[in-house]
Amino acid sequence: MNTSVRSTARLIGAGLRALLVLTLVTGVLYPLAVTGVAQGLLPGKANGSEIRSEGRVVGSELIGQRYDLPVKGGGRTRVPDLRWFQPRPSNGLGTNTVNTQYELLLSGATNRAGDNAELLRWVKDAKAAAVKDNSTATHKVKPGDVPADAVTSSGSGLDPHISPEYARLQAPRVAEKNQLDVAQVEKLVAEHTDGRILGFIGEPRVNVLKLNIALKDLATR
Amino acid sequence: MSPFLAGVLQMLALIAALALAYRPLGDHMARVYSSDRHLRVEKWIYKTIGANPDAEMRWPAYLRGVLAFSVVSVLFLYGLQRLQGALPGSLGFVSIDPDQAFNTAASFVSNTNWQSYYGEQAMGHVVQTGGLAVQNFVSAAVGIAVAVALVRGFARSRTGELGNFWADLVRGVVRILLPISVIGAIVLVACGAIQNFTGIHEVGQFMGGSQQWNGGAVASQEVIKELGTNGGGYFNANSAHPFENPNGFTNLFEIFLILLIPFSLTRTFGRMVGSLRQGYAILGTMATIWAGFVLLMWATEFAGHGPAFEAAGGAMEGKETRFGIGASSIFAVSTTLTSTGAVNSFHSSYTGLGGGITMLGMMLGEIAPGGVGSGLYGMLIMAIIAVFIAGLMVGRTPEYLGKKISTREIKLAACYILVTPALVLCFTAAAMALDTPVTSMTNSGAHGFSEVLYAYTSGANNNGSAFAGLNADTQWFNTTIGLAMLLGRFVPMVFVLALAGSLAEQTPVPRTAGTLRTEKPLFTGLLVGTIVIIAGLTYFPALALGPLAEGLAS
Repeated sequence: MNTSVRSTARLIGAGLRALLVLTLVTGVLYPLAVTGVAQGLLPGKANGSEIRSEGRVVGSELIGQRYDLPVKGGGRTRVPDLRWFQPRPSNGLGTNTVNTQYELLLSGATNRAGDNAELLRWVKDAKAAAVKDNSTATHKVKPGDVPADAVTSSGSGLDPHISPEYARLQAPRVAEKNQLDVAQVEKLVAEHTDGRILGFIGEPRVNVLKLNIALKDLATR
Repeated sequence: MSPFLAGVLQMLALIAALALAYRPLGDHMARVYSSDRHLRVEKWIYKTIGANPDAEMRWPAYLRGVLAFSVVSVLFLYGLQRLQGALPGSLGFVSIDPDQAFNTAASFVSNTNWQSYYGEQAMGHVVQTGGLAVQNFVSAAVGIAVAVALVRGFARSRTGELGNFWADLVRGVVRILLPISVIGAIVLVACGAIQNFTGIHEVGQFMGGSQQWNGGAVASQEVIKELGTNGGGYFNANSAHPFENPNGFTNLFEIFLILLIPFSLTRTFGRMVGSLRQGYAILGTMATIWAGFVLLMWATEFAGHGPAFEAAGGAMEGKETRFGIGASSIFAVSTTLTSTGAVNSFHSSYTGLGGGITMLGMMLGEIAPGGVGSGLYGMLIMAIIAVFIAGLMVGRTPEYLGKKISTREIKLAACYILVTPALVLCFTAAAMALDTPVTSMTNSGAHGFSEVLYAYTSGANNNGSAFAGLNADTQWFNTTIGLAMLLGRFVPMVFVLALAGSLAEQTPVPRTAGTLRTEKPLFTGLLVGTIVIIAGLTYFPALALGPLAEGLAS
C-alpha cells in the first residue's frame, strides 16, 4: 500500500513538473516571442488595425461601429443617422455584466433559429426600415431589393462590412442627405468595394468605416 | 462568380494545400515518434520532469502518465481561475466561480474547449495565455501521443511496450505543434489578428465617443486553437471575431490548420505500420465523409429554408459578410467533424438541417478526420468494428494489420463506441426530465431540444462548439457538461491504450488469400458504411426530435 501511494505521489510530481515546464515554453516564451516579432515588424496590425481620420483615431478597419444620431449632452441614440452608410444589425452584441468597471464591447451572435418568432420579427422590422430609410423622392426601394445581410445580425455582432448590394441600396439616400450626386456616391461605393481575395476567397464586401470616411471627405470638399 | 462556385474553388484550394502538406508533415511526424535522438531542449525538459525518455512503458504505465498529467492540469487550471482576482496581469477581472472554473478546466484539459464564459469579460492575460493556451498545446499533444501508442500496438509484436508517454508528449509540443504555431501566428498577425499585452483601452469612433477593447495574445492562441483542434476562442464570438479571423484568407488558413494534423496523421500511421496504402484507405474514408458533409451543408444553407431566412432572403443570420455562406459552411463542417469546435458563424442560426449536419458530424465520433490524435484512434476503432463485421459475414476470425481481432479486442472496441453515446443520451434525457435545466433555452420547441442535445454531444465528444442560445453558465450545465467532457475524453483513452497493449503482445498472423484487404477501396466503402450505420442507429431517435423535426417543418 505504502509503495503504491509513494509511486502515485512520484507520478503526480512528474506530471506537475512537466506541466510547469511546458507552461514556461508554450505559455510564456512562445507568446512573448510572437508578440515581440509582431510588435517589431507589424505594430499597426498587431494593435488592432486602427484607422485615423482628420488627425484622430476613428476606430479599426476590422471592427464595426454604429452611426447614430447624437442626443443633447454628447450621448448617442439608437436611431441611425441616415447621412452615413449604415452597417448590419447587431442584435447579438452583449453587455458586460461580470466586471462592471468596464463597458466592454461583448462580441456575439443572436443564436436565434430560423423558426424563432423574435428573429422573424427583427428581420421583418429591419426590412421595413431598410425600405423606408432608403427610399427617396425619385427612387423607391422594393422589399425584394434588400439583401440578406442588411436585415440579419452577423456572428460577431462586430461585422465591419456590408455586401456591395447593401451599399448600393443606400447610395441614393446617402447622396440625398449629403446633397451629392447619386452617381458620385455610387462611384465611391464602387471604389470601396473589395472583391474576393485572388478572385475566389471570401465574399465581395464594402468596409463601412472606410466608406464613410471617404464620404465625409467628399461631402466636406 | 456565384457564391457557390467560389465555395467550390475554396474547397479545391483547401484540398490542394492539404495534399501538399500531407507527405512532408506525415513523414515528419512518423520520424518524430520513431526517432531515438533527443534535442537539447528536450533533454533539459526530461531532466526537469525527472523522467527517462528511453524507458519503454506497458499500457498501464502509459495510461498512468496520461492520467497523472491530466489530473494535475485540471487542478492547476482550476486553481489559476479561482485565484485570478489576486493575480497580477488579470486586467482587474475577478476570480471565476467554482462551478464555472471546474467546467472550464475540464473543458480545456479534455481538448474540448466548451466555454460557458465570455472570453472578453471573464479571462485576463494570465489565465488566457498562461493557462488556457498552454492546455491548447498539451491536450493536443496528449491526443497525438495516445494515437501513436495505438499505432505502435499495431506495428509492434510480442512485446507489451508502447513507448514513453513523457517523450511523446514533449516531442509533440516541441517538434510538431510549436514550430507550426510560430509560423502560423505570424501569418495571422500579418493579416490583422491582434497580438499585444495592452489592457482594456478606449478607441475613438467615427461619430465621436469611444469603444472599449481588450488587448491580448490573440494570434498566438488562435493558431494553436485551430492546429490542436481545441476551439476555445479568445473572444466570445470565437473565429467570427474580426480580431481572431480578419479576412477570407485567414478563414481558409484556419480551416487548413484544423484539418492539417488529423489528415496527415494517416500518413504517419501508414509509415509506422509499414504500409502507406493502409494509411490511404483511412484517409480516403475520412475525406469522403468530410467532402460529403460539406456538399450537404452547402445544399441546405444556400437553399436557406426557415421562416426568418426566407423573409431575409438568405441564411446570413450569425454569418459574417467577409466569409459568406460558402466558406462558413466549410468551416462549420470542418470544426464539427474534428474535435475543434471553433466557429466562424453560429450553428444555432443555421437552417434546421444544417444544424443537424453539425450535430451528426460530432455524433460520428469526430473521426473524419477528427481531433488531433483522437480522430486517428477513433477511426482505427471503427476499422476494427468494420473488419469484425466483415469477419462475421464470411465466418472467419477477423484480423487487421496482421493482428487478430479476438474477444478481448472487440470487447474493448465495443466499450469505446458505447461511452460517448451513453453520456450524450443519458445527460440529455436527464436535463429534459428536470425542471430547471430547460429554463436555459433561448429557443423553444424542437430547436430548444436541439440546444440541449447539442451541448452534451459537443461536450462528450470533446468538440466544444455550441448552439449558443443555451445559457450554459448554470450549476447544472457547468457540472454535468464538465463531467461529460472528462469522461468522454479519458474513459475511451483507457480502452484505446488497453487495446494497444493487447495488440502489441500478439504474434502477427501471416496474410493469406482469405485475409480482408484493408488497403483497398472496398474496405474504405465498408468503413464509411459502418460509421454511418453505427451513428445512425445510435442517434436517429434523438435527431428526429430535434434538427430533423425542425428541418422538415420548414
